[in-house]
Amino acid sequence: MLVLSGIAVVVVGFLLRLNPLLVVTVAALVTGLAGGLDLPTVIAAFGKAFNDNRYVSIIWIVLPVIGLLERHGLQERARQVIGGVKAATVGRLLIVYLLFRQVTAAIGLHSIAGHAQTVRPLVAPMTEAAAENKHGDIDADTRDEVKAYAAATDNVGVFFGEDIFIAMSSILLIKGFLESNGIIVTPLSLSVWAIPTAIVAFVIHGFRLLLLDRKLAHGAKAAR
Amino acid sequence: MIGLPFVYTIAGLMFAAFAGLSAVDRSNRKRVGNAAFWGLMAVSFLAGDALGDLGNGLLVLGLVALAGIGALGRGAPVTTTIEGRRAEAGARGNRLFIPALIIPLTALAGTLLLADIGVGGAPLIDPKQLTLVSLGFGVLIALAAAMAWLRPPALAPLQEGRRLIDSVGWAAVLPQMLAALGAVFALAGVGAVVGDLVGGVIPDGSRLAAVAAYTVGMALFTMVMGNAFAAFPVMTAAVGLPLVVRQFGGDPAIVAAIGMLAGFCGTLMTPMAANFNIVPAALLDLKDRNGVIKAQIGTALPLLVANTLLMYGLAF
Repeated sequence: MLVLSGIAVVVVGFLLRLNPLLVVTVAALVTGLAGGLDLPTVIAAFGKAFNDNRYVSIIWIVLPVIGLLERHGLQERARQVIGGVKAATVGRLLIVYLLFRQVTAAIGLHSIAGHAQTVRPLVAPMTEAAAENKHGDIDADTRDEVKAYAAATDNVGVFFGEDIFIAMSSILLIKGFLESNGIIVTPLSLSVWAIPTAIVAFVIHGFRLLLLDRKLAHGAKAAR
Repeated sequence: MIGLPFVYTIAGLMFAAFAGLSAVDRSNRKRVGNAAFWGLMAVSFLAGDALGDLGNGLLVLGLVALAGIGALGRGAPVTTTIEGRRAEAGARGNRLFIPALIIPLTALAGTLLLADIGVGGAPLIDPKQLTLVSLGFGVLIALAAAMAWLRPPALAPLQEGRRLIDSVGWAAVLPQMLAALGAVFALAGVGAVVGDLVGGVIPDGSRLAAVAAYTVGMALFTMVMGNAFAAFPVMTAAVGLPLVVRQFGGDPAIVAAIGMLAGFCGTLMTPMAANFNIVPAALLDLKDRNGVIKAQIGTALPLLVANTLLMYGLAF
């Protein structure tokens, strides 16, 4: 039972908003000590595990390429592509953005868009404009709801697209974890199994976006 | 045979460059901290196997100490202006996506095509690490293509890479650290203990109940911690591996992959995941700081059910 104290450290540490690296390290040390190891042995075991799992961090070798492309306008191009979308309704506009976000995340470009990069400057204003075009003046609550859906769509798109990329850090974390439990898997065999969920996420969220359109139309009619 | 050391050398040299460039960046008040942090990462990648276990352990404690005392700042390398970027984006168009696309395409093609290529009977590339070695090649090819096309100053990729890694900061090492925590859990037998506890609660022999305990557990634990990466080693050691994989014979790759995605459903529903849920509400001036979460619950819950059914249907 005592070996579970590491889990308690993780939960309490994260709840208290302590530095996560610190929390994780303390959790590892506490778990090892509770498991009957002495301190140098635990530190060595954690060091060995860290060294064995270095490949989880090699995803960062893509940064010089992405940074270089950003230097020459990659993010701005992404914005131009999104800004050029012509969609008649809030729901349809966000469905196109959802697809854009899932597909780009799936090829490792999860950082070209995001709440600060695209949602605030671009997607949220575009959805508001679409709502006004279609439904006339909208009240403050409706405006907030439409903007909230823009942010939600960004999250859903990136969460359920990025794991299709074979070198995503979550995929490598899974590979590393399974390996330390004696199970060898390839990144590709993990990432293909992210595809069914990605499709279901697109269908569910897309359907809800169409429902949002109906709700907006309904609200506009009721107000008239 | 080309294996992980090849990729580790690329990563190590890159981190060494980040450390060196950080050290001389006068725009960053905390440049010493950045240089030390990325320098330790460079040592880990270039010489980790020679340090010994205790040496690696002390290196980790060094990284954690630097992060814990807030020693890292953000460098501001000289870069292009917004106006310049906008103009270039217009002129270069969608071709800007091509170098980025080279990386996953090379990784995929390498994984599928390079397996059987050998020299004198021995494989050219370590078959177990084909994807990661191919990823390394993909980065080098993409970098060469982008340099030839864009003709930036020679140091530009490293400076731009440093700009991005500084914006991630110490969080760049968190997934690796969590994987290491998972290994310590495995060593200490955490999974067996929790497995016994949970096993007593789940009706005997119910495969669906075991799968649901894992997926719903991942979502709930992620909601508590605000981070699916942190929940994953704990819940998988506790329920995923002992119950779903070992007891019921689920395919570990499918169980783990979908288990992580079940955790992401939890991320959509918790204010603890501030970056995704609370920060955008502030950025968009929403009256209700939980407005984004409310817009997401209707997607997250059915998707959690879908993940449970997908795991149940695909993993056995």
